[in-house]
Amino acid sequence: MQKERLSVKKFLPSDPRDASISLTFLSVAFIALLIGGILGMVQGLNRAGLFDLPNWFDYYQALTAHGILLVVVFTLLFVIGYYYAVLSHTTGGLLPIVRKLVWAAFLFMVIGVVFVVFQVLAGTSSVLYTFYPPMQASPWFYVGLIIAIGGSWLAALGAFIQIYTWKKANPGHRIPLLTYFAAGFFTLYFFGTIGVMIELVMLTRWAFGFTERINVMFQRTLFWSFGHTLVNTWYLTALSVWYVVVPRVIGGRLFSDTLTRLVVILLVVLNIPGGFHHQIVDPGFSHGMKLMHGLMSMAIGFPSLMTAFAMFAVFSRVALHKGVKGPFGWMKGMPWKDVRFLAPFLAMVAFIPGGLGGIVQNGQQFNQVVHNTLWITGHFHLTVGITSVLTFFGAVYWLIPYLSGRTLTKKMNRLGLIQTWAWTIGMVLMAFSMHWLGLLGAPRRTAFSTYGEHATAQSWSPYLLFLALGGTLLMVAVILIVYITFHLMFAAPKGVTEFPIALPTRNASVTPAWTDRWWIFVLLLIIIVLVGYVVPLVDLWHNAAPGSKTFITW
Amino acid sequence: MKLHKFEKIWLFIGASMLLLTVIYSAFQLYAYADGPPSGRDTIDPEKVTETAPFDEPGVYKIDDNEYNVVMVLQAFSFNPGEVEVPVGAKVNFEMTSIDVIHGFQVLNTNINGLVTPGHIQTFTYTFNKPGEYLVVCNEYCGVGHQMMSMTIKVK
Repeated sequence: MQKERLSVKKFLPSDPRDASISLTFLSVAFIALLIGGILGMVQGLNRAGLFDLPNWFDYYQALTAHGILLVVVFTLLFVIGYYYAVLSHTTGGLLPIVRKLVWAAFLFMVIGVVFVVFQVLAGTSSVLYTFYPPMQASPWFYVGLIIAIGGSWLAALGAFIQIYTWKKANPGHRIPLLTYFAAGFFTLYFFGTIGVMIELVMLTRWAFGFTERINVMFQRTLFWSFGHTLVNTWYLTALSVWYVVVPRVIGGRLFSDTLTRLVVILLVVLNIPGGFHHQIVDPGFSHGMKLMHGLMSMAIGFPSLMTAFAMFAVFSRVALHKGVKGPFGWMKGMPWKDVRFLAPFLAMVAFIPGGLGGIVQNGQQFNQVVHNTLWITGHFHLTVGITSVLTFFGAVYWLIPYLSGRTLTKKMNRLGLIQTWAWTIGMVLMAFSMHWLGLLGAPRRTAFSTYGEHATAQSWSPYLLFLALGGTLLMVAVILIVYITFHLMFAAPKGVTEFPIALPTRNASVTPAWTDRWWIFVLLLIIIVLVGYVVPLVDLWHNAAPGSKTFITW
Repeated sequence: MKLHKFEKIWLFIGASMLLLTVIYSAFQLYAYADGPPSGRDTIDPEKVTETAPFDEPGVYKIDDNEYNVVMVLQAFSFNPGEVEVPVGAKVNFEMTSIDVIHGFQVLNTNINGLVTPGHIQTFTYTFNKPGEYLVVCNEYCGVGHQMMSMTIKVK
């Protein structure tokens, strides 16, 4: 029944009222990518000592803006735009109330971001994306973030209403698989942002002067309940493309509907305490507490192991079907010249070193070697920069033509292949030099410095040049993807583009009904969060170190 | 929900690897007392300069081959700005911040940790090779963050 529904709907054009929502989110997302990308290149060049920033816009302002525009604005707008296209396509069009909610979300998010960006440009809030107190930004910086995140909660609410209504109207049917990812994303996103919202409210009160002192470690712990969850929400989104879209693009079928849902459930339930591994070398926690969190962080790796198996299983099946055999035979059966496959494939490959790096740096001992060095920056430019973002780029080539009622031409596909390689090579150059620089001790988030011509700092120079080279290549790739995005939106030939959704295999087992009982998973998520955070937060609150007053050090 | 035999094997090996990394970390922690810096003591960041031992930062010889290094961190300097210790001596660092969060990373060693206002952070290390070790603040602390450094001379 569900199969028929999907196959009938597959080539239907998008509803223009819903498409305009997604297209608006995506347009602003790619403008943010352009600005954030320029700032990224500027930092790379400055860090290598090749480029001086003017007095009125220093390295740390550039870094704050780069972080916020790419880590919060680009990714969040892209992902919301993507999931609303998914919801509209797979659940029969958005409800009028849901449309209103998501437009309101967009409005609040834009207003909030304008507040934040204005404060950063004005130089009042060079606190970086992590805004650790007792550095104090302008209160309007925090207010802007509250408005933006609050706005995004409206988008989450809209999604929940849409999915709940569909479920009520289709008793006995499982939530469509891509919408299942949307449910997972918005659930994880909502619970993952509660901690940072509490932090932001407390920081706002402090910044306006209602409270004199701030509990530094308490706030920092709240922040990291959010910081790492956020990146995992994009990873979850990338997985939705890998599991559901990629098999269709290469002419295959789903690996397993049930196991895919299980991966979503595990990622949502286990995720939030994972952020604690950012605090392995912090004071204020016992070794035992850090060890328990080491285990909780590691648990998030398990669904990724399931994914690795699933992806190669899908590739092998497709290759076998085409008659190619042998352990590496699947490589011959893949459409390497199709950017809709190449981009997410390279994204998967990048997660092999990215994920392994994550596993080793989660160890208490190795973490002391790399904490706050450029190794970490290299790590998340692999996992976020390639694994998540290159998958998003790969989705542009079908998602935007589907929404804009246009088609992907061979020429655009070719340009897309160039973009994909330029991005990958640029990121690899940059990320691998960052990893190496980290092992040589180069700190992250630090402007160009020779540390008084110290020999150790001088040994970094050649690798910093590779970093700058990678950053420059990435800038070329950013310009290409922005051009491609807007070309597919406004200039490509008109036509109907498929929303690629793979079907289950013919002998697939029926997905059990319990997978749709989200209240169970929300309950488990809450239990896991309580296990991870009750003890450290209560301890930090009751045995609090004396609080800190305001510091503005820029 | 049936798993293929290969998938079971793969997941078993993978999950064991994940678990082993945590067990190995725990082994190093409890068998060799090689845990990350985790100072639990607290201090009022406004009274650091009048609280012992931070009222007099410096190097103190406490035993035959053991030294205490007491340090105060602030934007954008370490106090003391230069430290000298003998090769092979056990060195206990004890430090806190009087303003924002700082990092303490001694390059070419595994000393690396966060120093927050309100907490006293501790590190213990034995420098077995002579040389001039560069120390940097590796947590962004403001406009002069890239200038915040010092050296440890090991002779």
